[in-house]
Amino acid sequence: MTSIQETISRLCPTATYEEGEILLVTVPDAQWHAVALALRDKLHFDTLAALFGVDRKETMGCMYYLNNSETNEMVSVRVDCPDRDDALLHSVADVWHVANFQEREAYDFYGIRFINHPDMRRMFLRNDWVGYPLRKDYDANPELNPIRLTDEEHEDDTFSIVEAADGTLHRIDGKVFAPDDYVVNIGPQHPSTHGVMRYRTAIDGETIKKVDVVSGYIHRGIEKLCEGMTYPQTLFFTDRMDYMSAHQNRHALCMCIEKALGIEVPRRAQVIRVMMDELMRISSHLLSYGCTTMDMGATTAFFYGFREREEILKIFEKTCGARMSLHYNVIGGVAKDLHPDFVEDVKRFCAAMPKHLKEYHKLYTGNVIAVGRMKGIGVLTKEDAISYAVTGPSGRASGVHCDCRKAHPYSIYNELDFNEVVDDNASGDSFMRYYLRLKEIEESVKILEQLVDNIPEGDICAKVPKIIKLPAGHWYQQVEASRGTFGVYIESDGGKNPLRMHFQSPCFNLVGVMDTCCRNYLIADLITIGATLDFVIPDIDR
Amino acid sequence: MKYEDFKDNETLEQMVAELNASGTNVVVGKLDDLINWGRANSLWPFCFGTSCCAIEFMCLGAARYDMARFGFEVARNSPRQADYIMVQGTIVHRMAPVLRRLYEQLAEPKYVIACGACAVSGGPFKNSYCVLPGVDKILPVDVYLPGCPPRPEAMFYALMQLQRKIKVEKFFGGANRKEKRREFFEQHPEMAGAI
Repeated sequence: MTSIQETISRLCPTATYEEGEILLVTVPDAQWHAVALALRDKLHFDTLAALFGVDRKETMGCMYYLNNSETNEMVSVRVDCPDRDDALLHSVADVWHVANFQEREAYDFYGIRFINHPDMRRMFLRNDWVGYPLRKDYDANPELNPIRLTDEEHEDDTFSIVEAADGTLHRIDGKVFAPDDYVVNIGPQHPSTHGVMRYRTAIDGETIKKVDVVSGYIHRGIEKLCEGMTYPQTLFFTDRMDYMSAHQNRHALCMCIEKALGIEVPRRAQVIRVMMDELMRISSHLLSYGCTTMDMGATTAFFYGFREREEILKIFEKTCGARMSLHYNVIGGVAKDLHPDFVEDVKRFCAAMPKHLKEYHKLYTGNVIAVGRMKGIGVLTKEDAISYAVTGPSGRASGVHCDCRKAHPYSIYNELDFNEVVDDNASGDSFMRYYLRLKEIEESVKILEQLVDNIPEGDICAKVPKIIKLPAGHWYQQVEASRGTFGVYIESDGGKNPLRMHFQSPCFNLVGVMDTCCRNYLIADLITIGATLDFVIPDIDR
Repeated sequence: MKYEDFKDNETLEQMVAELNASGTNVVVGKLDDLINWGRANSLWPFCFGTSCCAIEFMCLGAARYDMARFGFEVARNSPRQADYIMVQGTIVHRMAPVLRRLYEQLAEPKYVIACGACAVSGGPFKNSYCVLPGVDKILPVDVYLPGCPPRPEAMFYALMQLQRKIKVEKFFGGANRKEKRREFFEQHPEMAGAI
């Protein structure tokens, strides 16, 4: 830790440090860009795990969580805007590519404009939206923003704030596409965008020149809603963001709140949580298999994937009482005890799954059309995967060791015997992303087999105060969701409601590489690349 | 569910009573029955899923639930080829004009099912700054289907209620669908002619 402080102090003597689980460095905006470069180049913090704005009423600024992809050390940085009303910060989009989208999100929510950011457009809200909704002084009067049934105008317009050599700032207006670009619109209502995602695609013949991701068609303002709710109430949003990682997301939020309260979760509850997480992961990968194959025209494979997924849903239904919005984890443990049939059902499922996987491979993996459409298509290099903070099976297909269960072990994962499925050749193509998901099912089955006979007796939930108030402070917790690292940030001022709750979704980063992955491939490949990256749109938009 | 409960639907009973009261020609009435029988058993859905409900709808198409049994299996991706739109998921401000345009593109006669709590009323996101409190703010809805997300069985129930509704419709003479749309736009003048 000392080397971090030395390096930063040399560049910025006024920086302050706060020790904790993750070191917090507060840097003034003027030196932030230089510090960011030093953190990346000298200290190897090459992944920007999270970036989001925070409004603390008197001050407003951004929080950055950085990860070292080799040692998995983390550091957090806080940068405050000097002026709240004319909020400006220096962009780090040139240091970490992922910051491009994340800063646009901060601009959309807080109105913080980033100096030298190439493309300052709103991310989620309509471009004629009045106000910045996550600011504490936002005017929620519905007359300002009525339901508009007209199309958005000036979609192609963008601007950037550029700093000249003498320190003066200029606003430069620009366009997203060049005047002679041939732009094809795909989405938001398109069957193979896996939800309501919209791409504006510049093509040359059939070759993609540029993909402009237009997001926000299912932006529901979850983070703002959380600020008006008590902590147990916020839990139920997690099941509705990435509904294919409902258990893992809720696990992350519960762990974050438990960490703040200092609650020890009973062993039985931890084992149950991990088993549910792995079942959820298998169900998610099965759905991904089904949808990927169906996008390429293999409807039979879709039915096979869904057949096994129904078995998992039956297990969920017996214990949790629901098929999709499970609401099973609660603060301190789990909501209900396991159904008496649980152990037997899981054993039967684990015994059957390897046979089914063989069937899947036989059906589709070796198929000449599948190989032709996926091998060597949509290549994401290791450097790009790190810079765009791509995690989950997609990141591991590019050779990044990013499995949070290994890198930042939580719950009981460090006691379990399983392999991190990484492609060491870093092929990073669509085929590898598809293939690693099926490989990961094998590992999850292995975890389930280890645990199913060893579920300890005991309580399923720790004693939790009736009214949950978090002490003043902030906490960050990551878990490995089905599609990558899911992070939860909570900042509290000591009250019943969070001051700021941020969900760092893995899919947001995945959609950020669409442009990089799709360039110079055919427009038909956009569908397979999107399918194998496997994002869930409500998780992107939140 | 008991059969009496399934048939217990005040709106439909009222429609039948009105039709009986005004009377109808035997030939036209029989032709109506025939056409409605055909239409009710070949309802083609338009896939419009924004969130969780869409996944449950996919389960409906897969082997365990198999919606082909009822004639719903021809899920279309173009509004021009579909009979009804099943709004699965939250509709936000940015999506509203898109959904409205897709609805306009559906060929008559067209129906809307608001599937899930979000489409019915905004659901858990009702208080959000950019969520529509129910899809009926911009579209005339035929069947409301609560649940978060509704189980596939519940989706079947909603679809079968829609079938019942189609079966009592009068195709010749007073196409009551158009009546309903006119009523809707009279109540929501700001929505008429927006697109």
